[in-house]
Order: sequence, then C-alpha cells, then structure tokens
Amino acid sequence: MTMATQTLSQKIIARAAGRKSVAPGEIVTCRVDLAMMHDSGGPRRVKPMLEKLGAKVWDPDKIVVITDHYLPANDDESRRIIHIAREWVKEAGVTRFHDGEGICHVVLPQKGYLHPGMFVVGGDSHSPTGGAFGAYMFGVGATEMLGVLVTGEIWLKVPHTILVDWSGKLGPAVSAKDMMLALCGRLGLDGGQYQAIQYAGDAISALPMQERMTLCNMAPEVGAQTGLVAPDAVTRDFLESVGASGTDGETWQGDPGAPLLAHHRFDASTLEPQVAAPHSPANAAPIGRHAGTRIDTAYIGACTGAKIEDLRMAARVLGGRRAAAHVRFVVAPASAHDQAIAAREGTLQILVDAGAELLANSCGICAGYGDDRLGENEVAITSTARNFKGRMGAASSQVYLASPYTVAASAIAGKICDPREFFK
Amino acid sequence: MNSGRAWVFGDNVDTDVLAPGKYMKSGIDEMARHCLEAVEPGFAGSVRSGDVVVGRRNFGTGSSREQAPQALKHLGVAALVAESFAGLFYRNALNLGLPAVVCADAGRIRDGDRVRVDPEAGRIENLSTGQTLACEPIPAHLMQMLRDGGLMPHLEKRLARQRETGESRL
Ligand code: SF4
Repeated sequence: MTMATQTLSQKIIARAAGRKSVAPGEIVTCRVDLAMMHDSGGPRRVKPMLEKLGAKVWDPDKIVVITDHYLPANDDESRRIIHIAREWVKEAGVTRFHDGEGICHVVLPQKGYLHPGMFVVGGDSHSPTGGAFGAYMFGVGATEMLGVLVTGEIWLKVPHTILVDWSGKLGPAVSAKDMMLALCGRLGLDGGQYQAIQYAGDAISALPMQERMTLCNMAPEVGAQTGLVAPDAVTRDFLESVGASGTDGETWQGDPGAPLLAHHRFDASTLEPQVAAPHSPANAAPIGRHAGTRIDTAYIGACTGAKIEDLRMAARVLGGRRAAAHVRFVVAPASAHDQAIAAREGTLQILVDAGAELLANSCGICAGYGDDRLGENEVAITSTARNFKGRMGAASSQVYLASPYTVAASAIAGKICDPREFFK
Repeated sequence: MNSGRAWVFGDNVDTDVLAPGKYMKSGIDEMARHCLEAVEPGFAGSVRSGDVVVGRRNFGTGSSREQAPQALKHLGVAALVAESFAGLFYRNALNLGLPAVVCADAGRIRDGDRVRVDPEAGRIENLSTGQTLACEPIPAHLMQMLRDGGLMPHLEKRLARQRETGESRL
C-alpha cells in the first residue's frame, strides 16, 4: 500500500510524533523542538507551578525566554514580573534569554532559532508567526506551557490544511497586512476552524520573510491554530543571513495533491488597501469605506506591524512629509535589531522627521498592559493585529486596523487616507 | 452537578473582554472583578457559584492569556457552553479544570434559564424550559484530565506515579 499524501503540517507533526504519517482529526502526542515564552505568560506563571510540582524543565536548551510585554517596566508590578523572568532563567539554566531586545515573535527568528520542519510551541497567541519559516508553531496558555516544560511533549489534534492561494502581483502601497485583513473579512474570526492555514501562490513567493511573518502572525485572527509557508529560496537566504541551522530546509514540502479542507483563491493584483473597523479584524473592507474618518492617533507598532519591512513601508509614504498637527504619531519598532537597521539606512530619521514619537521595542500600546493606553473615545489607526473592544485602552476607544502604508498616510492626512495617493 | 443560572452572550466573546489587559498585572481577584465588564458591566458582581456562561460562535477568541478562563472559574462559573470555542481558549479552559462544552443548540438557552451541564454525559438540561440539549463529547484524554481537576493535578498524579515506579520519563 502506498502511503497517503500529506500536507506540510502533517509531515512536521508526524515527525514530531515519531510516526511515518498522521491523518487529520487524529489525536497525537508530539515531542517539542522548542518552547518560547514571554514575561507575561512565562516565568511569572510557570515558576510557581513548577515549584508546586517539584519538577524541573525537560531541557533548558530547548527553551527561549524573551521579555516584551511589561517593558518598559515603569511600575513596581512590572518590575517584579521582569525580575522573576531574569531570576528564573538563571535558576532553570535557560541561556537563550533575550531581555528588552524586542517583541518575542520578531526576536525568535532573528536569533536563528527557527528553521523548517521544527515543531514549536509559544506562550502567546501570535506564535504562528514562526510558521513563516516552514515550522509548525502554535500558541498555548501558561498551564499548557507548564506541561511542555515538564514533559517536553504536547497533544494535538492533527489539523486539516486550508490553502490560501494568492496569485498575481501586489500593487503599490498594498502589503501582507492588507492580504490578511482581506482574509479576515472573507473568512470571519472563526473561518480557520483551529486548522492549519498554508499560504501559497505567486504573490506569496514574491514576499520577503517579514511579510510572510505578518501573514502567519495573523492566522489566529481567523481562528486557525497556525499559518505556515513552505520554505523556498527566500527562506533559505534569510536563514543563512541569521546563521540558522537546517538550511536543507527546502526539503520540507507537502506532497502534491494532499487533501485540503478548503482552497481559498485571491488575486493580489486587484487587492486594495484594507481597513478593519472597530471592534474586530473581521470588519475589514476596502479603504474607500472608511477613508475620511478623522483620527487622533496613528500607531506603527507590534509584532504584526513594526518590523523593519513595516518601518520601510511607512517611510516610503512619509518621505519628507509630516504627520498632521492634531495627530499623535507613535512608532514602536518591533525589535532593537530592526530599529538599528532603520537608523543605519535612514528610515528612522524619516519617521522622526515626520513627527514620530518613538516608544520602546516592546508590545507597548498593542498589549494594553501599561499606562500608555488609548483614552476615552480616542480614535486610532494602527498596524497591529487586533482591535477588540478595550484591548488597547478605554472601552470607548475606536481602533481601525490597517497596513503600515495606510497608517502613515492617515497620520499625514489626519484622517483615514488611501496610501496609493502618495504613489501616483 | 447542580444547576445554575445561564448567562448568555453572543458570538466571538474575546479574551480582551474576559481578561482586560489593564488588569493583567493584578492578581486573579482583581482581574475577575473586571471580567466581561466592557460588554456586561454587572456580570462579575452578580454571577454566583455554579452559574453557567453560554456563548454562541467562537467563544474565547483572541489571546493565549489563561486569565480569561481563570477569571470565569474564579467567579464560580461551573461550566461554559457554546456552539464553538476558539481552539486556544478551549485548551486553556480544560487545562484549568473548567468544563467547556460544545453544543450546537446553545442558542436555545435564554439568559436567566436554570441549566444543569453534564460534560461527562454530553448533556445539558434546561430546567426552565424542560429541554435536554445534546453536546459533543469531550475527547477521552481531556475528560481524564478534567476528572483530575485540570492539567496541574493531572501532572501531579503522573509525577507521583513516576516517582513510585522509578520511571525516568513521564
Ligand atoms: S506586539 Fe501585540 S500582538 Fe504582538 S506579542 Fe505583543 S501584545 Fe501580542
């Protein structure tokens, strides 16, 4: 009997489960290749649980801890939480600790920790970002992470694969963020059914790694367990540039003809900039619907929308222009590394000259944990992933999600503005 | 399981309204006081031990933050019922020992009904209407964990067994 054809997700899961093949719907237990935690769901939550169990971590070399949610730590409680992370990594023997270097999902691949075929869990819902590198990576809560830390294993219901196929070529001032908002608009918040989304097609192949990260980052916004892109030459070049192992990674491909749960087709060449109205990413629509809405704040931030590629998009629009006088224009580069590149190449100066207020390389306003929050009735346009009611501040605040291009264009105009106007 | 009052919500109840970011630094007591306040301000003050929270589609969408199911549990909520749950939230709820039951007919439960949820039998009795609603069974390995009270007590048992038998691996 010949073996059934398998998707990339199935192949990775089968390998991690010590099996030749797995079928969608099966419940399997997988060995975890890497576990990533941040300061919020990580040490401060798992340390007391480990102590209660009297247990040790299964393998400190397979654990990465990154601080991002409670930085800058400008109150006692935040300082306490960050302190626990610093102390715990020493205690547990975790050497892959990155403190204040940026947002976990952006720092993780930058350090060369991810490569194709890996089975990875992260203590954060946007962990599927790692799927951009051809890994199977998904988010878990703190107690589940504790289970991984103690056993090195996790159960999983083998997902079906949903193929999201983008043909054609993106137009000027249209980006991966617009592709994802369009997907949210079409599928809704639960269209992913906690299955695996694989992105493919000409328009995906043409995207740089960080744009692919944006696609995978937002797979949870349509309710998928993860999103991933099969590795190719772009993946290989990136991995080589960060000194990651596993550059034979292009061998990790799904079988042609492997059964899919659904196949969604999109045409990149007709995609317009998208904006998702409050309070859901699924409220996405072409920008025309919301153009002209007056804004108070324009925020380029988060793992979703403040990587170096995102900062460049904003700079391309801004080049020499200033944000409108009534707008608070805020930029929080997603990592120190990306900020350094932006500084070196002049991108950062363009943002600053446009009136950008620079915030730390952390989750900042996106998480809504700190004091820097949106006020009552404040209207913001942001490059972040989520605009649920009250997430980034007051319940009465209104958050519109858009690409870095659109956020920058709106900052200049003082109202929601089509970035294509700056590329005519 | 005793009966409780049903608190009925709509589609896509998200983790930001269940566990608002503003209180993520606080302990669970403080967090629970603000659970769902953005959509139902009186909820935390009125919910009683044994009550049941009912949603429609995609309950718990959003963040991995476990404080979302934890806050509900802390307030005494005995079970969650929905047409569907966000996958990550579903795992978190069961890991914390809070039964989450998928019921295609969740929409037939009205706010204020008295209901009794039996996750083991996969059944909801609506004492106010006399209806019995069928639910999807919770997968066997998760039901086992739920019987133990969640993942922590489940691991405690496994570790104790391992220490007894001297096995090196869990
Ligand atoms: S930047 Fe926002 S979406 Fe990304 S990890 Fe931080 S809180 Fe989550």
